Amino acid sequence: MIWNPNKECMSREQMRELQGKRLHKIVEYVYHNVPFYRHKLQEMDLSPSDIRTIDDIVKLPFTTKKDLRDNYPFGLQAAPQSEVIRIHASSGTTGNPTIVGYTRKDISIWSECMARSLTAYGVGREDIFSVSYGYGLFTGGLGAHNGVETVGASVVPASTGNTEKHARLIRDLGVTGIACTPSYALYLAETMERMGITRDQIKLRVGAFGAEPWTENMRKEIQDRLGLKGYNLYGLSEIMGPSVSYECEEQHGSHINEDHFFPEVIDPVTLEPLPAGQTGELVFTTLTKEGMPVLRYRTRDLCALLPGDCPCGRTNVRMSAIQGRTDDMLIIRGINVFPSQVESVVLTMEEFAPRYLLVVDRINNLDTLMVQVELRPEYFNATLDTPAAIDELEKRFADKLRSVLSINAKVQIKAPGTIERSQGKSVRVIDKRKLL
Amino acid sequence: MTIRQLSIFLENQAGTLQKVLELIKQAHIQIIACTIADTAEYGIFRIICREPDRACRELKEAGVAVAISDVFAVEMSNQPGGAADVVSHFSEAGVGITYMYAFLLDGRGILVFRTNQEELAREVVTRCGLRVLSADDLPL
Repeated sequence: MIWNPNKECMSREQMRELQGKRLHKIVEYVYHNVPFYRHKLQEMDLSPSDIRTIDDIVKLPFTTKKDLRDNYPFGLQAAPQSEVIRIHASSGTTGNPTIVGYTRKDISIWSECMARSLTAYGVGREDIFSVSYGYGLFTGGLGAHNGVETVGASVVPASTGNTEKHARLIRDLGVTGIACTPSYALYLAETMERMGITRDQIKLRVGAFGAEPWTENMRKEIQDRLGLKGYNLYGLSEIMGPSVSYECEEQHGSHINEDHFFPEVIDPVTLEPLPAGQTGELVFTTLTKEGMPVLRYRTRDLCALLPGDCPCGRTNVRMSAIQGRTDDMLIIRGINVFPSQVESVVLTMEEFAPRYLLVVDRINNLDTLMVQVELRPEYFNATLDTPAAIDELEKRFADKLRSVLSINAKVQIKAPGTIERSQGKSVRVIDKRKLL
Repeated sequence: MTIRQLSIFLENQAGTLQKVLELIKQAHIQIIACTIADTAEYGIFRIICREPDRACRELKEAGVAVAISDVFAVEMSNQPGGAADVVSHFSEAGVGITYMYAFLLDGRGILVFRTNQEELAREVVTRCGLRVLSADDLPL
């Protein structure tokens, strides 16, 4: 089934024409409503009238995460606050989170995109669908939720946590679909097995998995253990949230909702656009967004746009699986974590040397983060010479980390001089998950 | 009324204890008593020795995380119940013992401990006439 054949199966010429019109409009809109973009365009001697077709997009400036951070909180918001009906926030590299405001129309387009995704997965009105992304500032929960309601399935807003209760609900309600991170799906499978809930007691048949990188092996394992078909769901809050792109039944790349989010793949060094099929940095321009439109936003995700038609009948372009990052961002339990965030916390703790090591692992299908820090010899004193005092220090550090990273990290205090000194490029992360 | 104790932060890894002992040996400082408070990831190595300030300086220079603290070293009777009798004085006064260990000095049992109420503990020592060791009591 296809939710919106008019948009998902447009001819390429029509699509490019529509994209061109929308691009012109959005450039005009940000020019008049976002001083940041107006100044940028003026610096480049560009006016909205220079942008007529979608091919003109290459003239436009890029937007980076840093631009979003520097304009915290509302600097890039184009719509007046009275038109904004929701605000989401995602973690930033240091300090400031990224704030994204949505107008009523934005939420409606987001819901439409999510409905397209769910329909491609085979979800319909008869389904009972559990949303197990976190509800809150994170876009996953509410984003998926709106889509399920739009499709007309019954949404079970399970959110994350309390997995045993959730497992019982899946069995007792006959839940047929679930949206969550792939690692949570595995954790759920494990919890069910531990509780003695077997595959024939549950009716799950569709999984919408995203918010973190996953592999084909994980897909197989989740499908085997939960008895469902798992589909990729891609998105990022800076652009919208989940459903920027979605897999169809062919499961060969994810179709991009390109009437709303125009994709480019660029060489991250030269910033030149790359032809279809070549891997580079994924860049999005929001073509219809009112709240916080962005021009040529550099996602830092590495992937390729796939050439050729999809047998499913959709004509909107597909992107390959994400093959890595151009920065050092880690995705841990669906949450973006930058080593520099950890560094900023370490620097506030005078007891520790300015050195640290992040150890990321996946234990029992759940991502774990351990942060190792080095005790400064001069701060080890008579008040710190008991395990209780060291534990207290660890807890204080862990609390600070949690408030910055939004995830729990295990803290390990090491003796002075035991964390490798940086020589040139320092090793600050050991990722044992080997996902990519 | 108290004596100086060294506390050293050690990671649980073969060789870390040896490194510290070697440094103390090179400084020609004799350890009189010691204990390790162990946890899953690290230990706190506590030492009573001669010249604790010099030992501390030497260790610090070698980059070791070392601290000096004041602990009570109370003589107890060499009979069953010796430790119980000493501790009971503090318990009755409401003083908590944070950690404790013991050693023999010239055949006399010595209880080393830190309390959570230093001032009150001092009062107990005076009031109950307990014999406490000072730095001069330690053998050369």
